[in-house]
Amino acid sequence: MSSRWQPRHSLSRQSKTTEKEVAEEEDLANPCCYEPCPFGSLMFGLHSLKPASVFGLVRRAAGLSGITRTTVCQQRSAELHQSGVAMPSARFVSHTTVDPEEVKRFQSLANKWWDEQGEFAALHAMNDLRVPFVRDNLLNVQWEHHPGKPLAGLRILDVGCGGGLLTEPLGRLGANVLGLDPVEDSIRIAQQHLSHDLDLCDQVSYRACTLEQLSGEGNEEQQEQSGEWSEGQFDAVVASEVVEHLADLETFAICCNRVLKPGGSLFITTINKTNLSYALAIVVAEQLLHIVPSGTHDWEKFISPVELERLLESNGFSVQSVQGMMYNPLSGAWCWTNSTAINYALHAVKENHDAEDSCSHPEDVPADKHS
Amino acid sequence: MHKLTRAPLALNGLRCLLTDKHISAVNIIKRGCVCAENRGVSDKKEVYDVIISGGGMVGSAMACSLGMDPNLTGKRILLLEAGHKKVMEKVPDAYSIRVSSISPGSATLLSGIGAWEHITKMRCKPYKRMQVWDACSDALITFDKEDLLDEMAYIVENDIIVAAITKQLDTLPDNVQVKYRSKVVKYTWPVFHRTADAVPWVQVTLASGQTLQTKLLIGADGPNSMVRQELGIPTVKWNYDQSAVVAVLRLSEPTENNVAWQRFLPTGPIAMLPLSDTESSLVWSTSPELAEELLELEEESFVDAVNSAFWNNENHSDLIETASSLFRGALSTMTPSAGSPRQLPPSVAGIGPKSRVMFPLGMGHASEYIRQRVALIGDAAHRVHPLAGQGANLGFGDVACLTQLLSQAAFDGKDLGAIQHLLEYETERQRHNLPMMAAIDLMKRLYSTNAAFVVLLRTFGLQATNMLPALKVGSISVCFGISNLDRAQIKSTTCQL
Repeated sequence: MSSRWQPRHSLSRQSKTTEKEVAEEEDLANPCCYEPCPFGSLMFGLHSLKPASVFGLVRRAAGLSGITRTTVCQQRSAELHQSGVAMPSARFVSHTTVDPEEVKRFQSLANKWWDEQGEFAALHAMNDLRVPFVRDNLLNVQWEHHPGKPLAGLRILDVGCGGGLLTEPLGRLGANVLGLDPVEDSIRIAQQHLSHDLDLCDQVSYRACTLEQLSGEGNEEQQEQSGEWSEGQFDAVVASEVVEHLADLETFAICCNRVLKPGGSLFITTINKTNLSYALAIVVAEQLLHIVPSGTHDWEKFISPVELERLLESNGFSVQSVQGMMYNPLSGAWCWTNSTAINYALHAVKENHDAEDSCSHPEDVPADKHS
Repeated sequence: MHKLTRAPLALNGLRCLLTDKHISAVNIIKRGCVCAENRGVSDKKEVYDVIISGGGMVGSAMACSLGMDPNLTGKRILLLEAGHKKVMEKVPDAYSIRVSSISPGSATLLSGIGAWEHITKMRCKPYKRMQVWDACSDALITFDKEDLLDEMAYIVENDIIVAAITKQLDTLPDNVQVKYRSKVVKYTWPVFHRTADAVPWVQVTLASGQTLQTKLLIGADGPNSMVRQELGIPTVKWNYDQSAVVAVLRLSEPTENNVAWQRFLPTGPIAMLPLSDTESSLVWSTSPELAEELLELEEESFVDAVNSAFWNNENHSDLIETASSLFRGALSTMTPSAGSPRQLPPSVAGIGPKSRVMFPLGMGHASEYIRQRVALIGDAAHRVHPLAGQGANLGFGDVACLTQLLSQAAFDGKDLGAIQHLLEYETERQRHNLPMMAAIDLMKRLYSTNAAFVVLLRTFGLQATNMLPALKVGSISVCFGISNLDRAQIKSTTCQL
């Protein structure tokens, strides 16, 4: 597999107003994460938006068709709207950020994580690209040769691991992998699936928590006990099909930076914001045909490679490669492509000198959280 | 894993002194602890990565091939064989009657696993040419490699192949185990929609009462495969109402003996495959009644029968003779080319002691090669008529294909029993095996009659094929399973009638 270098474009940041609007929309949509102060949204943004991944996954599995997406968007915005109206008091309940409706939906889906031909077939199939992507990029910088266990000795954090679809393959390659997911049902399924494979049990573990909680531990008492996962311990962080569901990518980037060793790799796969078919679905379906209420928030969370690159670069990462991915719903297989218009994979490396920088802005880091 | 994270407090203290590398070493130690802990509690049954059922030529080659693949290093592989261990300290003087024609492709696989070296040291006979002709006419086709320099294929005794692979298996590390004298009494298949406590692996119960678990079961247990039957995979099969008589033939005088001979008699094909300068192996497919008779015959009469089967022309008819010589004349005006002298098979003087055996012939093809966490290879998946000597080659082809796919799967961190790459295996092999089986079957049927029309048709066909290089190259690949690479080197020789 060859990683290509993507030319860096300098995109002007979104205007303040847009950002603010987006933030407000996020908050409305996810009442649980509403916090007037920036720290709060930094702390809980990730947490609260996790349930959205359920929709993302359903949509992805359904084959990326505009219609399916439209339907899902509709569904989602309806539910978000409903919850926004119905449960304003839930806004301040920070730790039960998961929408009960979505939990229910997720529980029905949780059993299907490991059905290779089921709802998550496309995610299973994506392993054909993302596992080699992670493996080969890590092997490029890695040292010794371990026959049969190419990633032996590496410690990887899989953020938003779901049922462990990507966590297990990485563990099989010899890496010591920790899978994180805020949805306990997913973690339960992942652990149950793992439990039969004793060899893998040695390599893989799961925790039902968020990235902020994990990286926050670095400064708390817990570090003493579970020092295993404290600050700067991971050789790589993998966030596959996760960032498009996050409220606050800045926090995400900072947290990733914190948990990574200097020179550690960050792997992201996600959907581009400027994807043509999606734009069609939004513009045509939302603005023209009004199939979907306009202002569905989903689209705002998508991020273009250029934007993501900028964001990572300003948070102490150096982006190594960006590569387009394409799903063929007929064959059910993914392939690499030159165009990053739809899906793409990104590899960034934590810069050594910037490690200090990110720590020098404690106000950006949700370390001083008061919960 | 929580236990793992909390237990080694002492090690945490050390951490600050250690570099990254050392930390990973610490982790490995910790993992070791957890591993021991887990095994002690819950591991009553052993879980293997791959269990291969059936330690014949194909099954043991599979075990060896997987065991030696670098990407599968450390995978726990188990070979189950009902028989005892076949060690060959010294090659026996007498040739075995069960031989295989090993194509260059199969030889490549065997040398990849290091067994070919043992085979050449023990005993094998290369042949450079193959001559196939018809008992009802003089139509003939020869196949050979350019300049007769390269080997076309090798005749190797099955026992020697197994012994050579067994020798290699012994050299493999502990993760590849072989259980001899182990009979499987029951297979339990994984349930598709697993519940919390259902075992997701294939369970293999042995006659000893032991139950083993595996992520992938490979059925290499022959034409009457228990794995296939237990899975309920239907097979398309038919018996030819034919039996094969096999024997070791002693030639009347030493020759170079580097040609494989095959003649189509109305009762079935008869083949003489070189074993050494003075010995050849006979495979005579015929009706069960005739086979019985042949088995009963005195040695001398049997030898006469063999010689006359190769030499006599009693099935020729004037009509066919005339028609075929006209057609040949027409062809040679169109494609004039130099002829090579027609070769005659050596005459047989006697047979090896107690070497006459017969067995029924049949053909079968499993409609599926794979199921959830199961794959069939070799005769368990497909059984062919021995006329082209392709049985073993098809099996070794399965081994090479499955090894390559499993190796890639392991390198991609996949579950070895996942259906995705098993499907790839099935598709790839059926695409290869089915046309081959159909061609062999067609050939068998075409030549088991002496009706004038069919004889004429096949006579023309054979003559034309022999004259036209393109057709010949196509048919040789069917006949001998020669890879694309080899095809290019095959030089068509003209017929000499």
